[in-house]
Amino acid sequence: MSNIATKKHEPLFHIVKRNAIPWWKAWIVRAISILLAVVVCSFVTILLTKQNPVLVWGAMFKGAFGTERIVWRLFRDISLLLCVSLAVTPAFKMRFWNCGAEGQVLMGCLATFATVRFLGGTVSEPLLLVISLAAALIAGAVWGLIPAVFYAFFKTNETLFTLMMNYVAKGLITLSIIYFQWENTFGSQIVSPLRIGRLPKVYNDHLVIILTVALITLFMYIYLNYTKQGYEISVVGESENTANYIGINVKNVVIRTMLISGAICGLAGFLLVSGKDGTVSPDTADGRGFTAIMVSWLAKFNPIYMIITSFLLVFFQFGSKEITRSFRLNDDFSEILTGIVIFFIIGSEFFINYQIKMRKLTKEGK
Amino acid sequence: MDNTYAIELKNISKRFGTVLANNNVNLSVKRGEIMAILGENGSGKTTLMNMISGIYYPDEGQIFVNGEEVTITSPKDAFNYSIGMIHQHFKLVDVFSATENIVLGINDGKRYKLSEARRQVLEITEKYGFDISPDKKIYEMSVSEKQTVEIIKVLYRGADILILDEPTAVLTPQEIDKLFAVLRRMRDDGKSIIIITHKMNEVLSLSDRVAVLRKGEHIATVETASTSVSELTELMVGKKISLNINRTDPHDTSDRLVVSNISSVNSEGVTVLDKVSFTARSGEILGIAGIAGSGQKELLEAIAGLQPLTEGEIKYNSPEGESFNLRKRTPEQIRELGVRLSFVPEDRLGMGLVGSMDIIDNMMLRSYKKGHSIFLNRKSPKKLAEEIVDELEVATPDVKTPVRKLSGGNVQKVLVGREIAAKPKVLMAAYPVRGLDINSSYTIYNLLNEQKDNGVAVIFVGEDLDVLLDLCDRIIVIASGKITGEVDGRHATKEEVGVMMTGNTQKEAN
Amino acid sequence: MTVFIQGAIRQAMPLLFGATGEILTEKSGNLNLGIPGIMYVGAISGVIGATIYEHTVGAEAIVPALAVSITLLASFIGSLLMGLIYSFLVISLRANQNVTGLALTTFGIGIGNFFGGSLTKIIGSQTANISLGNISKYFKMTPPIADKLGWFGDWFLSYGFLTYVGIIVAIIAGYVLKRTRVGLHLRAVGENPATADATGVNVTKYKYVATCTGSVIAGLGGLYYVFEYTGNWSNNGFGDRGWLAIALVIFALWKPVIAIIGSILFGALYMLGITTTGISRELKEVYELLPYLATIFILIITSIRNKKENHPPASLGLSYFREER
Repeated sequence: MSNIATKKHEPLFHIVKRNAIPWWKAWIVRAISILLAVVVCSFVTILLTKQNPVLVWGAMFKGAFGTERIVWRLFRDISLLLCVSLAVTPAFKMRFWNCGAEGQVLMGCLATFATVRFLGGTVSEPLLLVISLAAALIAGAVWGLIPAVFYAFFKTNETLFTLMMNYVAKGLITLSIIYFQWENTFGSQIVSPLRIGRLPKVYNDHLVIILTVALITLFMYIYLNYTKQGYEISVVGESENTANYIGINVKNVVIRTMLISGAICGLAGFLLVSGKDGTVSPDTADGRGFTAIMVSWLAKFNPIYMIITSFLLVFFQFGSKEITRSFRLNDDFSEILTGIVIFFIIGSEFFINYQIKMRKLTKEGK
Repeated sequence: MDNTYAIELKNISKRFGTVLANNNVNLSVKRGEIMAILGENGSGKTTLMNMISGIYYPDEGQIFVNGEEVTITSPKDAFNYSIGMIHQHFKLVDVFSATENIVLGINDGKRYKLSEARRQVLEITEKYGFDISPDKKIYEMSVSEKQTVEIIKVLYRGADILILDEPTAVLTPQEIDKLFAVLRRMRDDGKSIIIITHKMNEVLSLSDRVAVLRKGEHIATVETASTSVSELTELMVGKKISLNINRTDPHDTSDRLVVSNISSVNSEGVTVLDKVSFTARSGEILGIAGIAGSGQKELLEAIAGLQPLTEGEIKYNSPEGESFNLRKRTPEQIRELGVRLSFVPEDRLGMGLVGSMDIIDNMMLRSYKKGHSIFLNRKSPKKLAEEIVDELEVATPDVKTPVRKLSGGNVQKVLVGREIAAKPKVLMAAYPVRGLDINSSYTIYNLLNEQKDNGVAVIFVGEDLDVLLDLCDRIIVIASGKITGEVDGRHATKEEVGVMMTGNTQKEAN
Repeated sequence: MTVFIQGAIRQAMPLLFGATGEILTEKSGNLNLGIPGIMYVGAISGVIGATIYEHTVGAEAIVPALAVSITLLASFIGSLLMGLIYSFLVISLRANQNVTGLALTTFGIGIGNFFGGSLTKIIGSQTANISLGNISKYFKMTPPIADKLGWFGDWFLSYGFLTYVGIIVAIIAGYVLKRTRVGLHLRAVGENPATADATGVNVTKYKYVATCTGSVIAGLGGLYYVFEYTGNWSNNGFGDRGWLAIALVIFALWKPVIAIIGSILFGALYMLGITTTGISRELKEVYELLPYLATIFILIITSIRNKKENHPPASLGLSYFREER
């Protein structure tokens, strides 16, 4: 409906959709929003810590780049978050709200750990790695497949379904820990790290993970932009009508894409267990499945931008941990800052997509 | 009763950008009268009515209700003057009952009591003889029941002037009879009813007077009792204007696509195609004439494999002499059979193209699957995109511009260009010149004629009779999902087609 | 048996508050995945209010009614602010609901744990944990006649006032949604905002009010957990109850009154694991999984049966922009 012309009570302003603004303007809007976020974060920091914000930001950089070891760990954590973000991206591009990455990652963790525990010692170390990797991929894919099938055939609400699947996965891990008696002491629910089935050390503990995820990033970038399947995902996401018109089987694309999405989550689970923790618990994924949704969305589903957004979020995590240490606050300060930054970036999208028009003094609104 | 009109429009004009939707229209409706507004698509009927119901505000002119000049700036204002409009697209909440929908949005300061509202709804249904249960949920209702809810909604708010925008388009003959009985009862109750329609027989059987609109102008208002189908048709379609489209004579024609007795039912259970049969020949342009929404979209989508059929068959005869039945095949399966079918759908950016993708990627929609590689080949689509931009003079910064940013005419050139580039044997185009300027329109006509000369069977769905008569070799006419006749494009008259479009069969027309 | 029923109801209440709040929010078309964060904020705001009050007047001078009011008010304000952040981003700026909700949860849990961990430092107390005994005892006060009514008193009257508030709020919410004009308009906004708008309902206002009211109610769930259930704050103590509350919304088919029964059922499953003797630890874990499995089951069944009343509100998750109609 067009804007109704009313002389009496025309609103002071109205909002119209923009035609699209040049990319550089969009990035200026985003940059301003991050800047504003930094300002607000500084205020919040002063308010809560009563410290000089310059010192605080200094501490943040120290926390993220302080020593070589820290930088390596920073990049490892960026890689792990990026991996999960890459996993959820094809689903999002298809407008399938996969909020179940956390569970898919955890299933990957569980499969990796279980494989090593059951097969460890009976097969050679390289074979063990391959089998546990395969198990992780399958487990993640299955966890993604279940909601996808119901979505494809019955349009079952995928957001709620995948959310619930996360908690089922968490429960399954606790259940497995108890049932298979993996605990180090009875009743602790803590599992001792694996000694076998671990990723080989190349230069240090982190490089293999970083390189793997770099490959996956490249793969996903190519997959989404240069392959037929990636193209189909875009078409289905933009318009199911068009997809039907050109003969794309939407159900197949949904299921196939969620298999891939789940499998890469499974890979992230494998990297977490085999390359980082060596152990498994319901918290192994550490909320990455949820943070990944924000990383992917903030990057507009572009794998290359996702390197930047995951860097941003992990930087805040590391930085605020250092603030915590230096100023004797607690860890969760980082989550407050992360939240503020995300709010600002989310909010800025509005100014990229819409335009606020002030009231015109003409008679006709149109 | 005094002699003032219930509603009177004086010198109403309305402009949308450069388009003059209504020009100096005068119209008056008495109390206890059914007034029909007759006109082709785009003649400004709905725009005019929207100005009475507060959706638009006129640029010029005055509106009088019961003899007093009024300003109507919102649907709420219209209600205050007891004017209510029933739109073509129902605005109802699916999971609500009829009563809940009827009272939605009313804030009369009284205590909210659904049982009381329900009683009043029953009172209205009894008074006018509506056939509806106030407790039934909308999603369980047929289209006609939903329409009834919309009418009661308006009556419940105390409307004395009811405007119905093409109320019969979605109804079965029996439902139409029922609706008309109700409308007559309302008229006898002293209400004024304005009904927008294209259907001649309805005008004649229902209305007291008819106002005819053409190209935004009020042509005449006549007493129904003293007019005829032929007079009304002539008033509605006007004199034939020659467009000088270069039409060549068909040669080497053969039956390419034989559609026999196909029927289809839409998701709401309404029959949208009713035993449709026709043949499209190679080297010929077959026109499909009809009021918008008479089943043209479903017909083309059925051929393209997008609309399920309940009966009939669609036979494709390839130039090599093979023939296939396309019914029950998906678009992919049709393509795999080697059937070269191109389709320019009505919804360009919602179906034919992906708005956010650039021209190259849109070119790929048809061809991306070619070859065994898992990777996309963007080289030939890029070349194609450049060719189309060049040859059809598409105004665009470059081929990497998202098509959403292009103007309507350029979007259409991209779409038609792509469909033709697939070297079709059958080319279907639905309203390919809708919203296009003259130059772009002629580009499209020329493209279609070129295809015809190349031996393609072209199916052209149009709404402008002048264009259909100047472009097409044969024209079939569809009304309410039925084929009402077939004429030769070179000899048929506008009136002849116009009468068939309004639901009269060829025999009745002659 | 008595212990079991009491436990189940106490476990149920945080879920019920969260679910009632989320139902109101979802009925306006907003899928607020920030509810878990909001419940943390509702709790910690109450804790902050209570602690500041206690430290200002001293433990001996606490006026019960004032203490309870301040705690409730603080919780209201905290949850309301969270609701406003979500509403502004999602309704006014039309941001993606999932992303905003998840960010809000991160933010909210961060706030909860940050203040939980830092409160002692900020108020200058020497003790490490936050014991709320001086004020939480007023939240735990049971109706005076409970002791005299035997099992009836034990089963139904042995709870603090927030338990009854929770049930009453759910019943009122159910009544408002089903029987009042406001409820009719709210449901219309969540089902089909364009239609609601066309009939003159102020869509933006309804969305804001429903989302913020929902936040405040959900925040009470967090407050309940801290003040009536445990009586002290511990970081992450609230756990994943916020997500379970969202599950409960689906389980209850968006009907607050069913949520009352559902929450007690979820609570009973939880208690089954704790109180039943001779039960294996595995079985206990299975019990904890059941609410989620049941929710998935219901989600699937309703989508297959396709009975529209049991579906999520039709425009859930979508932002409304009038000119896009």
